[in-house]
Amino acid sequence: MKIIALISVILAGALLVYATVDFPAWADPASPASTHLSPHFIEKTMEETSVPNIVTAVLADYRSYDTMYETTVIFAAGVACFLLLRIPRRKEPGERLYRHVLTGVTVRVKEGAKLPPSDDFERIDTLWTPPDLIIKTICRLLIPFIQLFGLYVIAHGHHSPGGGFQGGVILGASIIMLAISHDLRTAVQRMREKVDVLLSAAGVFIYAGTGALCVLLGLNFLDYSALASVLYVDPVTARSHGILIVEIGVGIAVMATIIWIYNNVSSGGKYDEGL
Amino acid sequence: MDDLIQMVVAKYNYWIYTTLMMIGLYAMIAKNNLVKKIVGMSIFQTAIILFYVSTGAKKGATIPIIEHAHGAGTHMVHAVDYINPLPHVLMLTAIVVAVATLGVALALAIRVYDRYKTLEEDEILAQISEK
Repeated sequence: MKIIALISVILAGALLVYATVDFPAWADPASPASTHLSPHFIEKTMEETSVPNIVTAVLADYRSYDTMYETTVIFAAGVACFLLLRIPRRKEPGERLYRHVLTGVTVRVKEGAKLPPSDDFERIDTLWTPPDLIIKTICRLLIPFIQLFGLYVIAHGHHSPGGGFQGGVILGASIIMLAISHDLRTAVQRMREKVDVLLSAAGVFIYAGTGALCVLLGLNFLDYSALASVLYVDPVTARSHGILIVEIGVGIAVMATIIWIYNNVSSGGKYDEGL
Repeated sequence: MDDLIQMVVAKYNYWIYTTLMMIGLYAMIAKNNLVKKIVGMSIFQTAIILFYVSTGAKKGATIPIIEHAHGAGTHMVHAVDYINPLPHVLMLTAIVVAVATLGVALALAIRVYDRYKTLEEDEILAQISEK
């Protein structure tokens, strides 16, 4: 079996290497990929959309259908992980463990009994291990700055490398970092499952809703120059603003979905201890 | 000899991606463990992403962000000065989608493990054929 696999892989590789003989040389300015559509994008983006970052303009304006369905694919992946893994109504264990934060004493609560309402106790699981103080502190200091950077990457996507996908992943990574450095319970408390679901759907909705608004205002789906009459700007600036709106939608959807997938995969759908 | 060196210099990027793709494809076909297959899939995706990004490169061109765009008056933008933005757009979305599909693949692997208590392909197939 392995021999057949090796032979077929080498054959496929040899065919591809043979095909590269006809390829344009690397970084050739006259290669077919760079001669048909891309000169139009490079030369006309500024006057048509007023966005200096051509990648952002092509992503969210010229190819906005593609990006909308990419966002939908990410949302669908989140839903698929949820449906595959989430255990809907888990039976609560009869005994629950609570840890007194200040002294580190663990209290075992029998079934039916209740703890006096107090903020000093945190719910823990049997597999609980104490988080490292250094890692905890460093992460607590870093996470706000990571989130600020994520927002910057989304908001500054018109003028520098960045945009909704990258910023959304950075924002999602900050919450995942909280889950790794503390435990999953802490991260889920900050960002509940319901919030994840609603935000990832809301991001796709913002994107598709912007497109539908353009139809309602009398132009094609996702033709942002229709927004000029709503935003009180000229049509070119309206396209720039429309790109920002859908990038925010993409950012929200990607952030929530990344966290949602992580929560489900890392805890096997149980949302307890996690990694 | 000169021709050969010139061809190597002009094409070696494609050969690197082909090698990466072969590693990924071999892992997907021949490896027995499902997680190793998923790792192979990721390597394959990386090869495709690198290939696309390299087709966007242009000699002597800079990143596709127009310089002095606002506030420096109007000036002509020449396509020769900026690399091709299109492959970057396609791969930007592909990377995030790759992460999402990786999540789905891992979720499926977790379900398979729950059901069969193993991730080795031959053991799973043996358990299926027993029934």
